Amino acid sequence: MCLAVPGKVVDIQERDGTRMAQVDFGGVVKDVCLAYLPDIEVGDYAVVHVGFALQRLDEESARSTLELFEQLGVLEEEFGDAWGRAAAEAGAVRPVEEAAR
Amino acid sequence: MRYVEEFNNPELARRLLDDIHATVTRPWALMEVCGGQTHSIIRHGIDQLLPEGVELIHGPGCPVCVTPLEMIDKALEIASRPGVVFCSFGDMLRVPGTDRDLFRVKGEGGDVRVVYSPLDALAIARRHPDREVVFFGVGFETTAPANAMAVHEARRLGVRNFSLLVSHVRVPPAIEAIMRSPDCRVQAFLAAGHVCSVMGTAEYPELAERYRVPIVVTGFEPLDILEGIRRTVRQLERGEHRVENAYPRAVQEGGNPAALRMLEEVFTVGDRAWRGIGVIPRSGWRLSDAYRDHDAEHRFSVSGITTRESGLCRSGEVLQGLIKPHECAAFGRECTPRTPLGATMVSSEGACAAYHLYRRLGTETPAPARTTEEATPVG
Ligand code: SF4
Repeated sequence: MCLAVPGKVVDIQERDGTRMAQVDFGGVVKDVCLAYLPDIEVGDYAVVHVGFALQRLDEESARSTLELFEQLGVLEEEFGDAWGRAAAEAGAVRPVEEAAR
Repeated sequence: MRYVEEFNNPELARRLLDDIHATVTRPWALMEVCGGQTHSIIRHGIDQLLPEGVELIHGPGCPVCVTPLEMIDKALEIASRPGVVFCSFGDMLRVPGTDRDLFRVKGEGGDVRVVYSPLDALAIARRHPDREVVFFGVGFETTAPANAMAVHEARRLGVRNFSLLVSHVRVPPAIEAIMRSPDCRVQAFLAAGHVCSVMGTAEYPELAERYRVPIVVTGFEPLDILEGIRRTVRQLERGEHRVENAYPRAVQEGGNPAALRMLEEVFTVGDRAWRGIGVIPRSGWRLSDAYRDHDAEHRFSVSGITTRESGLCRSGEVLQGLIKPHECAAFGRECTPRTPLGATMVSSEGACAAYHLYRRLGTETPAPARTTEEATPVG
């Protein structure tokens, strides 16, 4: 949860009065709130933390950071299967997920 | 042991290291505040590449680690209640409470869900108006704007069944507490880059001046950390104590103004307990009175909690940089990532977990990392 991850804004929509984007983090696409970076546009790169864009970033550093995070397993930690990881760490079976979310 | 050749730009890493070696004439003790930096340092063996006598002391900057036990126990208690959907970041699942963790609560039938963003928890609340949806709002200044927005939106959209269990901590008061401790050996700080992306750097000049310590805002990648160290030792050698920004690509002096306004509106600064360390004055945020209805501590009266911390765990000393993880007698024996006694063994930002993961058991002598021949190039 702690590190902010750079990503590329691929789409922007208004939702319930809030500007929301789809952001691509090296292949994983997530909904991201733009309330704190209101003038960002499609194609821009930003540092995103738990679903919020916090600072603009240039493309080159965004790409090199993403590459590094991929290698270090940061992307898996941020977007991967937390229950599976916790189960592996605990040496236990993963608990059953609810059917209806 | 890692080698410079594994850095994403070995040549630049080499130049930074050469400069650090050429600058340093005396021993210095630097604290990296953030657990993400600790992890990166240990993973890349940066501490072992520095000149003899330059020590990196690992700081308390891991929100998972410093969330007080009482708050974890409250979370576990609320998450076990029928009718509650308890949402959390994945990092909190295995943080030990007094007698279990969120992972266990889920196994016992509690409706615990992992979300990527607090807005996901708010969306769950809107889909299930008949359930009480609680989000575990932990983290430093980086996470706080997200949690603040979730509560703000809940109020704006009239989502009454959404509340936040808040345990937010702030970095500058922790730096101050460390400097005031009689055992303090820290002579300079690498400040946490992403915290400053939100907050800017305005809180630091006063601390640098008062305690005569250089404070260098530093990123998380190996090269960023080397650059932060390079600037820090240069100041130390010159007898300076300024605030410098070594991470300008993600940090502006004024931080993120929109986020700062939201924090101001939703939160109030107050004293907060840090696990293993104790209460640090003005070091936390709680929801301001206007948002009391969305405060889980207010909504769920949780009483009768008696906390019991492991008698073996020395994570408080680890978090204050007083000992290194492997100096704790339980490290790697009673305490492992599978059976963590303290939160610092759980989180990927926790110093004990980083030492365990990269096998810093304190017994091996660091291998010299100077020549290309013995290196294994990666990537
Ligand atoms: S090794 Fe385990 S018991 Fe020792 S300080 Fe770290 S978390 Fe606590």
